Amino acid sequence: MRWRRSHAVPARPVTGTDFLEASGVSVRLGGRQVLREVSLTARTGEVLALVGPNGAGKSTLLAALAADLPSTGDITIAGRPVGDWAVAELARHRAVLPQHPALSFPFHAADVVAMGRAPWAATKAADEDLAVVAEAMELCEVTAFAERPFGTLSGGERARVALARVLAQRTPLLMLDEPTAALDLRHQELVMRVCRSRAASGDAVVVVLHDLGLAAAYCDRVAVMNDGRVAACGRPRDVFAAELLSEVYRQPVDVLPHPSRDELLVVPRRSEALSPQPIWTGR
Amino acid sequence: MAVLTRPRPSAKDGSPAPARVRRGRAALLTLGMAAGLVVVAAVSAVLGAYEIPFGDLFASVLHRVGLGGRELDRVAESVLWDIRFPRVVLAVLVGASLGCAGALMQGVFGNPLADPGVIGVSSGAAVGAVGAISLGLTFFGNWTVAFCGFVSGLITVAAVYLLSRGGGRVEVVTLILTGIAVNAFAGAAIGLLMYSADNGALTGITFWQLGSLASATWPKVLAVLPCALIGLLVAPRYARRLDLLALGERPARHLGVNVERLRVVLILVVALLTAAAVAVSGVIGFVGLVVPHLLRMAAGPGHRFLIPGSALGGALVLVSADLVARTAAAPAELPLGVLTALLGSPFFFWLLRATRRKQGGWA
Repeated sequence: MRWRRSHAVPARPVTGTDFLEASGVSVRLGGRQVLREVSLTARTGEVLALVGPNGAGKSTLLAALAADLPSTGDITIAGRPVGDWAVAELARHRAVLPQHPALSFPFHAADVVAMGRAPWAATKAADEDLAVVAEAMELCEVTAFAERPFGTLSGGERARVALARVLAQRTPLLMLDEPTAALDLRHQELVMRVCRSRAASGDAVVVVLHDLGLAAAYCDRVAVMNDGRVAACGRPRDVFAAELLSEVYRQPVDVLPHPSRDELLVVPRRSEALSPQPIWTGR
Repeated sequence: MAVLTRPRPSAKDGSPAPARVRRGRAALLTLGMAAGLVVVAAVSAVLGAYEIPFGDLFASVLHRVGLGGRELDRVAESVLWDIRFPRVVLAVLVGASLGCAGALMQGVFGNPLADPGVIGVSSGAAVGAVGAISLGLTFFGNWTVAFCGFVSGLITVAAVYLLSRGGGRVEVVTLILTGIAVNAFAGAAIGLLMYSADNGALTGITFWQLGSLASATWPKVLAVLPCALIGLLVAPRYARRLDLLALGERPARHLGVNVERLRVVLILVVALLTAAAVAVSGVIGFVGLVVPHLLRMAAGPGHRFLIPGSALGGALVLVSADLVARTAAAPAELPLGVLTALLGSPFFFWLLRATRRKQGGWA
């Protein structure tokens, strides 16, 4: 490998600092303005959720923040403009989970997770590779199929293997694009608990979510996106108001307090006429 | 420490090929292929119209190295050292170059079906070589054909790369489609050159186009050696980054790989390897396609084994194929390129179906 042993392991940022800062970020894709002047910060020790309807620009924003797309405006990571980072160095500061994890050759799940350690090759942190990979696989419950080719796994299993790879990268900033989309109830909760525990250990987590209940339960702040803008950003209990969500999603929504816990429930308002009725048998 | 051992599945869910088994297979394959290469090379040196006993082969080799042995009579020495050995060495170099180029190409495109021929290097190199033959160019003496093939191959790759670039990056589909267009153009150019060539040149072109090592000489070996060596030595340095590229361009970049630069370097290496091979031996297909494919099935897709393994495997395959081409229909000689395509393509069809069935698709 070309990476030399001289690379120092970056110091962990202090909890509560603005690790990722974006101001006035705009993106045009195929002649369409997908993001308009978005400003956002992700702090260490916090989980920030990006929510909003399809096509609101959540994934585009995440890609722009990850420096995957040409964008205008300022994006800094750890106080340094994204464009100034060397690719290899940036990989030791932020990890990105793609929305659709893919793999072109039949690597085993364990190999895929171990790829997350690549940025640390030739640093001191490489000594912990095996332990970190084992821990990430344990956390995402993928140890059981460690030696199976990635291509033979189910959608949910692939998603968890990809998440384990991202966790194994051990960066102070995690950017997850719909990590819960392909997962069952148990694993959705598991992923969100993992996000919380990473935040608790001082990382900044940015996560795109569709499930507003999960966002309300697990995230410190949510940014509600609509038509390429941030419509509202703040603590879930301040932001998740029935009127705002109903307007943004163009779907009537109720926001209720949980009967027993200090938590919000976000439920779409449904017409009674459409719910399944008992069939009248004529007797 | 228990934490530091690699996570293993419990014994009850038996998996087909654990990593340990794969690594073991890789080591075994390397040993087997190396041993096979030595044996086939030795057999290739003794078999032919002029039979040389094995004992004489060793005696002569030992004598030349200066470890005893003895000198053979003049004819035997000449057959061995001026005809057979350059041919074996050339087969090793060309085979290793093609195998390695195939593995790199498949890694760069993330597609197990990619091939050096796909992006037009082979046909590009062919244009230069055919041009040199048909126009009777001799400015570099013996090396003229090789040199022209190499130069036109490199120009082709550069053109394909520039044409398929858009918005600061190269999309694989565009690259492959551009390769197809370039292949068509090169085919037309070769046709034109052949149409305007005289009879003597035409025979030379046809012979060369079928792919052959029959005209192997030490100067030809020397002509390929630098290109092949540079390519073969540079390629393994990119193995880990190619592994990461299997995740896709963006994830690879997120893991610290400078994808654009990786691609430029590897395409140059592929051009170097393929153009060098094609220029001296003509178009020899399927080595670069089948060898990496087989090795991937046997020992997993990790490029740290696949790249050097494909070079070794390619050398073994080509030395064996050349032995068959030389001896199967003696005293006549089968064209090597025809032989590899004849054996390679049905085999490849079978591989395709088998692998697809086993993996349930390519992704």
